[in-house]
Amino acid sequence: MTTTAGDVNARARELAKAPSGIEGLDEITGGGLPAGRPTLVCGGAGCGKTLFAMEFLVRGAIQHGEPGVFVTFEETGRELTDNTRSLGFDLDELIRDKKLVLDFVRVERSEIEEVGDYDLDGLFIRIGHAIDSIGARRVVLDTIEALFGGLSNAGILRAELRRLFRWLKDKGVTTVITGERGEGTLTRHGLEEYVSDCVILLDNRVIEQVSTRRLRIVKYRGSAHGTNEYPFLIDRNGISVLPITSLSLQHEVSDERIPTGIARLDAMLSGGGYYRGSTVLVSGTAGSGKSSLAAHFANACCARGERCLYVALEESPAQIVRNMRSIGIDLTPWVAKDLLRFHATRSGMYGLEMHLAVIHKLVAEFAPRAVVIDPISNLNQSGTHIDATAMLTRLIDFLKLEQITAVMTSLTSGGGALEQSEANISSLVDAWLLLRDIEIYGERNRAMYIIKSRGMAHSNQLREFLLTDRGIDLQDVYRGEEGVLTGSARQSQEARERAGALRRQQEVEAKERELDRKRAALETRILALRKEFEAEEEEARRVIRQDEASVEVIRENRLRMAVSRKADRAPEARSRKTEETRA
Amino acid sequence: MNKTTDVVDRDEPVEIGSGEIWSLRLYVAGSTPKSVAAFANLKRICERHLAGKYTIEVIDLLEQPQLAAGDQILAIPTLVRKLPEPLRRIVGDLRDTERTLVGLNLRPATDA
Repeated sequence: MTTTAGDVNARARELAKAPSGIEGLDEITGGGLPAGRPTLVCGGAGCGKTLFAMEFLVRGAIQHGEPGVFVTFEETGRELTDNTRSLGFDLDELIRDKKLVLDFVRVERSEIEEVGDYDLDGLFIRIGHAIDSIGARRVVLDTIEALFGGLSNAGILRAELRRLFRWLKDKGVTTVITGERGEGTLTRHGLEEYVSDCVILLDNRVIEQVSTRRLRIVKYRGSAHGTNEYPFLIDRNGISVLPITSLSLQHEVSDERIPTGIARLDAMLSGGGYYRGSTVLVSGTAGSGKSSLAAHFANACCARGERCLYVALEESPAQIVRNMRSIGIDLTPWVAKDLLRFHATRSGMYGLEMHLAVIHKLVAEFAPRAVVIDPISNLNQSGTHIDATAMLTRLIDFLKLEQITAVMTSLTSGGGALEQSEANISSLVDAWLLLRDIEIYGERNRAMYIIKSRGMAHSNQLREFLLTDRGIDLQDVYRGEEGVLTGSARQSQEARERAGALRRQQEVEAKERELDRKRAALETRILALRKEFEAEEEEARRVIRQDEASVEVIRENRLRMAVSRKADRAPEARSRKTEETRA
Repeated sequence: MNKTTDVVDRDEPVEIGSGEIWSLRLYVAGSTPKSVAAFANLKRICERHLAGKYTIEVIDLLEQPQLAAGDQILAIPTLVRKLPEPLRRIVGDLRDTERTLVGLNLRPATDA
């Protein structure tokens, strides 16, 4: 469930909030920490509790005119000053200007003997005195649980802590109390029981050897707040929390087109280039020219005087600059003018959240109009596929909100699964260019086509993609009977087709000759058969004639015998016999 | 000075030099029952064990809150043994004399 900004703002009016000054946190909390109330910040060792608290005080003192008191139970004032100097906080100056008081409360069990009843009025008085001395509006207690290590009477301590938090609330100071995370509880000594207004949990998790800091608001009484875990960064500017899970799809869209850096590609994209603020995915196999395409875009962007952030996850900036020079793109002047800024890092350096956080931060600092990420496929190495997709969704969403045009390259492993494997990302992007190798006859050529480009009538044709020393050149490809051909294959195919036509002609002629021959042979055979038949007929007639002759002889013999026997019906018998013979 | 020997009840540690002055400071916050009790208990113990060799300085933090940080005061009442060194701190109303003596290093913690 996401909370819209409107809801948070509405609630913020009901509850006074003290802006923390910590980047991003005030967005999640709808304005800051509850003003005049205590907030518990808990987490394990090294998760950034002290820094969180210190930044809250320093930003309050500098940016919001609220002086603060830092009561430390673990580090001396000197140590704190030194540790926070690396983050750009000059505590000494703040102390001189009466904007900050550091009070180190040392609690050492070996130095303290407990005899009888006592209370913590001493601590109350110290804090009260510190507050009054500079008119503090903010107080930090870091880490008050150290009291449990120094004093043995837990009963007294608990009662006194309860009283302390109540007292701080009555004084109306906004307090941050830090607590070490316990087993199964938010804090080792259950401080969350006493601080019920706002609890923030910091976490530093290591997953697959990559650590990511996360922040979560466990509770915030009387206020809506983001409920997710938000990654945060600690760098030379302190803490930045990244409220990047708001997937609202509320971003504005632009009709403005910006050139891709390649005239022919602009033409393919219905004559204008990419939409400003859109996200472009350039995918292809290794060496298919993805980075070159991205560099053209960056180059064109800088040439227009717009800032471009180039996030290189594979190559060093120097290498990219050198490689692009070989195809006629000189990026060095843009780097010199600070129009082009490289951010090169290994994708395995830190977790996905951190990559997102770093990009987020860089975008906030540098305010580019365009971002190139080369390649996003490497991010899969820093997390699972699902994580990577979720991260990219957030990144794209963020860039769209900022109206930043993004070109992301993606290395595909090739083969039929190529489109399949990127299906989840492709639904997020607005335009998808596919670079493909066409490998024929011992030669590899590049081809490019536009799979999709939302909101424009784009070309559906394949283009041969040539990397020349003057940059990328897109050429029409040869379209013949055997599909699309490029390079020398295109030429040889044309020759082959001519040869093929000749061969077909010869085949036809040969077939005709064969037919003629067959026809002649057939006629010869018909003739022979006829002759054979005639011969047979002749023979048959000869036999018949012989037969008739012999019948005549028999009849004459019979007549002679009848005459000798004096028979009287001889003529009738004779005629019947003749008929039988003829049949 | 004679009384020093009198107060040796049992195994009184004797490293207290004759010229040594015990400088004690009791931090309180107003006249709360605990503070009043602590002062009374301290006074009684000192009279019995350190007669003539001690000074007690009572600091009311309600009047001088800036002094709390210097001696790392947290709990009230707190008794600080400034001298002899090393510095010792005892928190509470000092109702248990034996433990107070141990805390002040007037008696080694050999019991139990």
